[in-house]
Amino acid sequence: MNRPPGDWGIPGTYVFDLRLSRRGYALNKMCRSLTSSENRDAFIADEEAYMARYGLSDEQKQAVRARDWLQMTKLGGNLFFFLKLGATLGHGLYRIGAQMRGETYDEFMATRNEPGAV
Amino acid sequence: MGRIVAGIGSSHVPSIGRAYDQGKIDDPAWKPLFDGYKPVKQWLANDVKPDVAIVVYNDHGTEIFLDKYPTFALGVADRYEVADEGYGQRPLPAFPGDVDLSIHLAESLVADEFDLTICQELALDHGFLTVMPLLWSYQPTWAVRVIPLFVNVIQHPLPTGLRCYKLGQAIRRAVESYPVDVRVAVVGTGGLSHQLNGERFGHLNPKWDEEWLDRIETDAESLACLSHREVMEAAGAEGGEVIMWLIMRGALSPSVRRLHRNYYAPMTTGMALLTLHDAE
Repeated sequence: MNRPPGDWGIPGTYVFDLRLSRRGYALNKMCRSLTSSENRDAFIADEEAYMARYGLSDEQKQAVRARDWLQMTKLGGNLFFFLKLGATLGHGLYRIGAQMRGETYDEFMATRNEPGAV
Repeated sequence: MGRIVAGIGSSHVPSIGRAYDQGKIDDPAWKPLFDGYKPVKQWLANDVKPDVAIVVYNDHGTEIFLDKYPTFALGVADRYEVADEGYGQRPLPAFPGDVDLSIHLAESLVADEFDLTICQELALDHGFLTVMPLLWSYQPTWAVRVIPLFVNVIQHPLPTGLRCYKLGQAIRRAVESYPVDVRVAVVGTGGLSHQLNGERFGHLNPKWDEEWLDRIETDAESLACLSHREVMEAAGAEGGEVIMWLIMRGALSPSVRRLHRNYYAPMTTGMALLTLHDAE
């Protein structure tokens, strides 16, 4: 079994198992800290220092800089944690999701049953 | 003695809470969802009148971090605060607890071989909050005392569906052995189908959801025997959280009567509401 962490053979799916959770620990810990307004302000004031403080890997830092949510997922970021980063940056769930699908926001919304329910 | 007087299954999608706070309950895109809760809220207030709600939920990286992640955790506190999930707190009052019943549950469930983590402080996020104002009034204070029951549905290995179902059965035994007359509603939150990670983001399966709603009423044990992989393939990776409904179902009698059922899948989640009580 040489599958990457979180690959259970379900297409387009990164199962948050312990191997993936180990990989994403620092990133998720940083994201979880964004549940206070003081920390959100500190992140916005100096993103690089904040990431360094939590010991993110270079790859994770680059994914955060690029707001690359799919890459964060592959590096062990869990959506429920990085939604707090999204909240801090003003990136909502559906924009994050559209990006993970490789679509624009409008393309993604066109696939929904009732896009008014946001 | 204590009595289980209602079992309620409900999604806990955070956009529901946001729409509620923004006063969108009669917005055409939201009305099919919120209308489903109105008769249930009335039924609870006028007929069932539960004293306590045991609310089965999961935290979303808000209050409980991965450094020490329990599989099951029980609140034993007088009061539970509303958490900040990154946007500030929702405008809801803190929740009153029921310490005596919590302690009884802890003692009874651990004696029954369910080794729970005990939490004397818990701030509650949308996993718990979403359904509460749709089921109970809260101005100026909540019309029900609460006991939060946390389940790990985020970091695999998750507890099995069957373990959840059996925990529900043990909760029933615990409530029925409580010497005080107390009316208890059990609320199972989460689901139904949705996937929020990877290229498969947005996966929905309304057919599977409707089948889940049928079978949890009449054939819950077969649902409890599904593997996490089977559930995730059908219902999406985050749809795996439906195991929390099995705790609610296990707390009811084998034969149940359904009072309300609602289903609406506007965006990325099958939003369901199911209200059951013992048939006898």
